Amino acid sequence: MDRRYRIRKDDGCISCMRCARECSFGAIEAGEDRTLILHHDKCVDCQRCVSFCPTGAIFITEDGNRFRGNGVFGESDMKEIFLQARTGGVLLSSMGAPGRNVPIYFDRMLLNASQVTNPSIDPLREPMETAVFLGQRPERIERDGSGRLVDNLPPHLELRTPIMFSAMSYGAISLNVHKALAAAAEKLGTYWNTGEGGLHESLYPYKRSTIVQVASGRFGVHATYLNTAAAIEIKIGQGAKPGIGGHLTGKKIIGDVSRTRMVPEGLDAISPAPHHDIYSIEDLAQLVMSIKETTDGRKPVIVKVAAVHNIAPIASGIARSGADIISIDGFRGGTGAAPKRIRDNVGIPIELAIAAVDQRLREERIRDRVSVIASGGIRNSSDVVKAIALGADAVSIGTAALCALGCHICASCHTGRCAWGLATQDPELTKRLDPEEGAARLGNLVKAWTSEIKEIMGGMGINSIEALRGNRRALKGVDLNAKELEILGIGYAGE
Amino acid sequence: MKREGEVRISSGCAISGIFCRDGRRIDGEAIRRSIAVMHNRSNGLGGGFAGYGIYPQYKDFYALHVLYDSQSAREEAERFLDRRFDIINLSKIPVRQTPKISDAPLIWRYFVTPLPHMLQDSQLDEDEYTSRTTIAINDTIPGAYVVSCGKDMGVFKAVGYPEDVADFYRLEEYEGYAWTAHGRYPTNTPGWWAGSHPFSLLDLSVVHNGEISSYDANRRSVEMHGYSCNLLTDTEVIAYILDYLTRKQGLTMKESSEVIAAPFWTTIASKDEEERKRLSYLRKMFSSFLITGPFSILVGFSGGMMALNDRLKLRSLVAAEKGRTVYFSSEEAAIRCIEPEPDRIWAPRGGEAVIVTLDGRKDGQTI
Repeated sequence: MDRRYRIRKDDGCISCMRCARECSFGAIEAGEDRTLILHHDKCVDCQRCVSFCPTGAIFITEDGNRFRGNGVFGESDMKEIFLQARTGGVLLSSMGAPGRNVPIYFDRMLLNASQVTNPSIDPLREPMETAVFLGQRPERIERDGSGRLVDNLPPHLELRTPIMFSAMSYGAISLNVHKALAAAAEKLGTYWNTGEGGLHESLYPYKRSTIVQVASGRFGVHATYLNTAAAIEIKIGQGAKPGIGGHLTGKKIIGDVSRTRMVPEGLDAISPAPHHDIYSIEDLAQLVMSIKETTDGRKPVIVKVAAVHNIAPIASGIARSGADIISIDGFRGGTGAAPKRIRDNVGIPIELAIAAVDQRLREERIRDRVSVIASGGIRNSSDVVKAIALGADAVSIGTAALCALGCHICASCHTGRCAWGLATQDPELTKRLDPEEGAARLGNLVKAWTSEIKEIMGGMGINSIEALRGNRRALKGVDLNAKELEILGIGYAGE
Repeated sequence: MKREGEVRISSGCAISGIFCRDGRRIDGEAIRRSIAVMHNRSNGLGGGFAGYGIYPQYKDFYALHVLYDSQSAREEAERFLDRRFDIINLSKIPVRQTPKISDAPLIWRYFVTPLPHMLQDSQLDEDEYTSRTTIAINDTIPGAYVVSCGKDMGVFKAVGYPEDVADFYRLEEYEGYAWTAHGRYPTNTPGWWAGSHPFSLLDLSVVHNGEISSYDANRRSVEMHGYSCNLLTDTEVIAYILDYLTRKQGLTMKESSEVIAAPFWTTIASKDEEERKRLSYLRKMFSSFLITGPFSILVGFSGGMMALNDRLKLRSLVAAEKGRTVYFSSEEAAIRCIEPEPDRIWAPRGGEAVIVTLDGRKDGQTI
């Protein structure tokens, strides 16, 4: 009933059985006498077999033998109804919300460049600054008795490039992925984020590049954890599943995952929907303060929220809670597992959320008090530039980082059978990722994006990233209505 | 076609400045001759001057120079002023009729001091009270525009070539210790009197050559602090940023220059520890006010003047000294024509502010 793909092979097949060894979903099995047994219904189109076939003989096609739908009920609607009628269960999904029914605003905004009246700047010949500092700023300067400026800035995060790695928990993804992220972040001068599953002890040496997360389940949270980090993130919500908690199945709570999470082996790790000590904004302020006390006020505190309808006042409340940085995760943010209806229907796109939050914080004159991180569907360097021009200080990437490690967005993370060895704890699969090679690939990706960001900035005559932040005249819209332009705070192309 | 203030216009320009550190007051003829040399850097769509020390008999009062589109705008603005200030003196600013300057608005000058009870009720200092009042006039009274509101200084600007603007305003009849001038080359629109330079708030005035690429980031940040950028020009944004940094934050002019034309991080890293900390602090604390893209500016303020280039020096700016007099200009020729043999002539480096103050000022700001 869930059949979506057909596995085909042509005459090039040499019956090496490599595909059968690589397939972690049981779609390709080695039969007797080196024959392949194909279970089309189990194929998720992860492309692992295709990538590893030495003769290029295997290919995956979409199953043409499909329901036609009637224009109202589509094929997936019908399949989901059949599935739920059979099982009585909530539909699960993973990665970010797919499809373009909800506009991808990044694709409807175009960037500016200098011509004649001011010069573009060549990043190969002139300094081009991408360093970002995230944290609070006091309202006033202070001077000492002899008139010298006093450094009254609270602790900051220093990024050499405005790209960080999003929170992905150990448990949802493998330790090797964490190792790759941590090593890459350290080399790049940016940060990776533990997610809510704790920090494996072997990664403690990366503390200066690590952001540790405190989520509603408080998994793996202890004083050492909080102090083995550059910053602490309180996770209220994530873009893929605003308003609900998480559920890591007991099957994944084994060995080090159990120890790191501080959850008994085999027991489901369930993060409650809300933090049960945060039912209101003043409660958040108290948690921010407790974390600051635990860390002697030496580390910035980030509050991560999903982009929901009233995100602007929520962000304003967070800005006044004592938090140093607000992280906003948009509608398209990824997940290891989320109910499909939530993922595909709750929340708003990050572009609109960032624009609304930046504008609201400015109207309330507190934008410079906090920093803002945008995430949820950032696919490339121009998305980064556009997010910053809309008002973000920096962005974080999750799905794009996983793709650098091999992910093909088959959206089967919740099955725990990731053929690329990323979203799984099966030791046979996790060893498929070499953390060092993974770190190198992540490093290349961010380095490439940073070079492109410099190129784009130089074209606009901007030689420092802070001059891009909130610089909405760098953007013009196409195929947008007046209301969308108003919320994004940009003009129409040609205007 | 939309007029300035409704659209953002970029423009190329010429700037020039003279500062007498000994406080000697010179008439407006020298600055007129200097800016006239750079005639071809303007296109006749804007010229203007700021003079300091020009109203010694009224130096304790705010001098408001106001442009009106109509008598009704004047009446409304005067009613507005009358409720907030004691008007010590008011008059039309004397002008000379010249065919080269046309479509002149009504141009008035007021010497005022805040009404004591109004000032007290406002819980503001008199500078803030006066700046808010003038911003309110520009914001809310159609056809009225306050072009300057400082003490013992004034701005004279119009649509036309700068040398003609000087003739029009009879600048040779004023004497000041400091003068700045501007000739404008906007890239579109018919030009608007209020849109010419200098742009001024209280005693601060800015003339500017360039087009800043950080404009909207800077504008949206400075508007958080109670300014409203009605003209949509770079100059207005620069003036407001400097007013915010110096008057509201209490930075020195030099520190402000290290914010808007901040040294590159690589340069900061090469400094000794104390300087490194100081410069890093200023960049992090005021990152929203970093100005990128080409600019050369002359900033006039009470008792001083600052010349500053963007940190890549993407616009020309020359400085010279002769005795106690200092000259700044977009082109050396504009200095040589009024001072053929300066003691020293040099091109300040990008991002390095040249700040001059009247002799005897003890605020540590020196050339």
